[in-house]
Amino acid sequence: MVKEQDFLEKKASYCLDLAKKLGATDASVVVNNSISETVNFRNKKLDESNRSDDLGIDITTYIGKKKSSISSSNLLKDNINILIEKCIETTKNTPEDEFNSLPDKDLLVKNVKDLNLYDDTHLNNESKIEYLKTLETSASDDKKIINTESSFTEGKSNFILANTNGFCEGYKTSSFTASSVAVAKDEKSMERDYEYTRKCHLKDIKNADELGKLASEQTIRKLSPKKIGSEKIPIIFDKRIAKGILSTFAGAISSSAISRGTSFLKDKINQKIFTDSINITDKPDILKGLGSRTFDSEGVMTNTLKLVDQGILKHYLIDTYNGKKLNLKSNGRCGGSTNLYFENGKIGYKDLLSLNSKCLYITETIGHGSNIVTGDYSVGATGFLVENGEFKYPINEITIAGNFKDMFQNLNLANDLEFEYSINSPTMLIEGMVVAGK
Amino acid sequence: MGNFFEKSDLSRNQAENIISDTLSKCDDGELYLEDTKSENVLLDDNKIKNSSYNSDLGFGFRAVSGEVVAYSHSNEISENSLKQSSENLKSTLKSAQGIYNQSIPKSNKKYYENINPIEEKTLNSKIETLNKVNEYLRKKDNNVKQVTANFSGEQKSVEIIRSGGETLTDVRPLIRFNVSVMLERNGRKETGVYGIGGRQSYDSYLKDENWKNVCDEAFRIASVNLESKPAPAGEMKVVLGPGWPAILIHEAIGHGLEGDFNRKKTSAFHNLMGQKVASEGVTIVDDGTLDNKRGSLTIDDEGTPTEKTVLIENGVLKNFMQDRLNARLMKTKSTGSGRRENFRHIVLPRMRNTMMLSGNQTQDEMIKSVDRGIFAVSFGGGQVDITSGKFVFNCTEAYEIINGKIGSPIKGATLIGDGPSILKEVSMVGNDMMLDPGIGTCGKAGQGVPVGVAQPSILINKMTVGGTNL
Repeated sequence: MVKEQDFLEKKASYCLDLAKKLGATDASVVVNNSISETVNFRNKKLDESNRSDDLGIDITTYIGKKKSSISSSNLLKDNINILIEKCIETTKNTPEDEFNSLPDKDLLVKNVKDLNLYDDTHLNNESKIEYLKTLETSASDDKKIINTESSFTEGKSNFILANTNGFCEGYKTSSFTASSVAVAKDEKSMERDYEYTRKCHLKDIKNADELGKLASEQTIRKLSPKKIGSEKIPIIFDKRIAKGILSTFAGAISSSAISRGTSFLKDKINQKIFTDSINITDKPDILKGLGSRTFDSEGVMTNTLKLVDQGILKHYLIDTYNGKKLNLKSNGRCGGSTNLYFENGKIGYKDLLSLNSKCLYITETIGHGSNIVTGDYSVGATGFLVENGEFKYPINEITIAGNFKDMFQNLNLANDLEFEYSINSPTMLIEGMVVAGK
Repeated sequence: MGNFFEKSDLSRNQAENIISDTLSKCDDGELYLEDTKSENVLLDDNKIKNSSYNSDLGFGFRAVSGEVVAYSHSNEISENSLKQSSENLKSTLKSAQGIYNQSIPKSNKKYYENINPIEEKTLNSKIETLNKVNEYLRKKDNNVKQVTANFSGEQKSVEIIRSGGETLTDVRPLIRFNVSVMLERNGRKETGVYGIGGRQSYDSYLKDENWKNVCDEAFRIASVNLESKPAPAGEMKVVLGPGWPAILIHEAIGHGLEGDFNRKKTSAFHNLMGQKVASEGVTIVDDGTLDNKRGSLTIDDEGTPTEKTVLIENGVLKNFMQDRLNARLMKTKSTGSGRRENFRHIVLPRMRNTMMLSGNQTQDEMIKSVDRGIFAVSFGGGQVDITSGKFVFNCTEAYEIINGKIGSPIKGATLIGDGPSILKEVSMVGNDMMLDPGIGTCGKAGQGVPVGVAQPSILINKMTVGGTNL
């Protein structure tokens, strides 16, 4: 069982009191406990079981405008005392920064809404094993599948965030995650693909049989890929890749990238960065949402933000420090976006596929090729050639490249949005990108 | 020996008894105790943005039976907690009927000193150096618009207690100094990054104002990129410079030669042992025994002394990298490659310092031989799909080569290739092998561990360059 609220609260208030006593003018502390249990299967047999119990503490102390922080997983009193002393010493020796402060009191959350983020159900290892048996049987049904690895993780955590302005809040969350990775082989090639499901509540996760089938199908269809020539071609991003592009967008509008001047979207507020039809929302209060939270990692309340409205950038994701630097108020996004999504486009998935006589459908990218300073994008990719709306054959060993500034202006969305993860996108079409192949 | 039991209600004796009892019918396993102190001092945007200190303590208890691993970790070193972990392991491995493998090789060699780099230099002197870095770079050129510099240091003490009470210990220092600079000219922004580090004190890297060299190099890369034009797209010849570009070897070949992927037959190399996988003249080793290098280890995280493992010798595949579990199942010996990020993670076979050894050609000869291609000097990061063998890495400094001459710098592009065939495309191996400056972190299964890479200049006949210029 994860530690209860009052245990965490006591630890937190002990730290705040001691920090004050030793000379801190302000302090904040996070105490968290998370327990997770994982069972892994490989080729229909038990491969690994793993239990972890993590208790951790993060303390930030301020002396005027000086700030320093420590973190530790050793919560023995002796150790905490030594660490807080060390933290205060370090704070004294750290130069002042005029923007350092706790969040404004009037922005702190008043009422913590229950967003139904905790499911108390405990699934014992035998039940996890049952789920994985079904999953692996389904995933390895086809003879082309030569290896399967699947995993089930149950996680429970609890935390308290407290500061010397009297803020002290926290809550429990849970997650249930199942995944399956399959390897398929034919005479010409060996390929790997995956599928996973993750929810706050056990009863919402995908059925084991269905998950296995998806992993298997997605792997087999990649067999015997071809390499194509280099050309400019319309590219369709599968939802699981499209959400990564949205995540890069979130990084580029974080207040730290903006205030440091290291984002290609700096000074683009109230400017059109997408076409008219594009809307992006960040909604923190979705019930059971994987990114839901009523306050951010500083305690600031979160509200729904329409980040992009009809193509126009309306908000950055702002925390206290960078907000003060930019002369803006925190909008409760310390720690990033919450449940972030592109709103649905107007066109169906099938119609999007047949909008061009020939296009590439990308299902996986590899490499760290997004540069948020310049907006340049270049990654390795695998996917399929699509002609007249039909999947023709798998493709690999190519790269796709462009610049986000242009990509955003040439972006079109299908109407197939689903709330599967914390970042979600409908299927995405981008024109004008370059594929490098043969 | 560490003092993991000093502040605990659990005595060493009790712990040994619980370990021996839990592992009695297992093939292998151990209690891994870890105490890590780390710091980070960061200058960004003209200010000291962060000065933080972390103290991390905990244990990971592992039991292995056949192919099955049971693992439990906690940061509470207490009798209760260890007993709870023991129960978890026993319940997973109820039917274990193995014989515990006692043998573990011994060595007296040490590849770094028992120091705590964090305490060897005061916070004030670190802050002072960072401020000098900032001033130096901003004075150097009006186009410098952002400077980020940081020190990170760590001392990790580990203790491995095996069934029967055999105990192995190691204290590992690790530091890194990094500088990133952004230039802006005519509305165009480009970044340059450079860093150094390894398993020594900060001062052994930063004596004689050596930090200026790090700044100059970051600045030089950013300046080159300000002049860069769009990269070409398509297949062409690629000359790789010496040192850090060896992450190509790490991604393309290294991961595919790790024992676990080969035991599971998911690596594209699993059936190629003893076969020719590279051009003649290509020899690749993975070496944990280089003094003070980032990827070096006196013992690995299972207690096995590290070694220099020959992976490919003159083009022929000779060995995989093994931890104890995969070595046992593949009927070979551990190569001292069992590593974990920290006590929260299970051991996996991992790389240490992966190196392609020198040949006898010169970089100049390589460039002269290329009609149309690129010369890649530095990279950001890379990634590989073990199964299909396809790998990528991102250039952070590269030039076009036209008619045997180095031309304009080109924008950061991704290069993509095929692991099992790329080494057969190596047509020249240089005489200028160099180690990277000590900055690599390798990610696998969500675990990051410090690694090193080295190579001479090489010429690759054919790779796909992911630019935008058709």
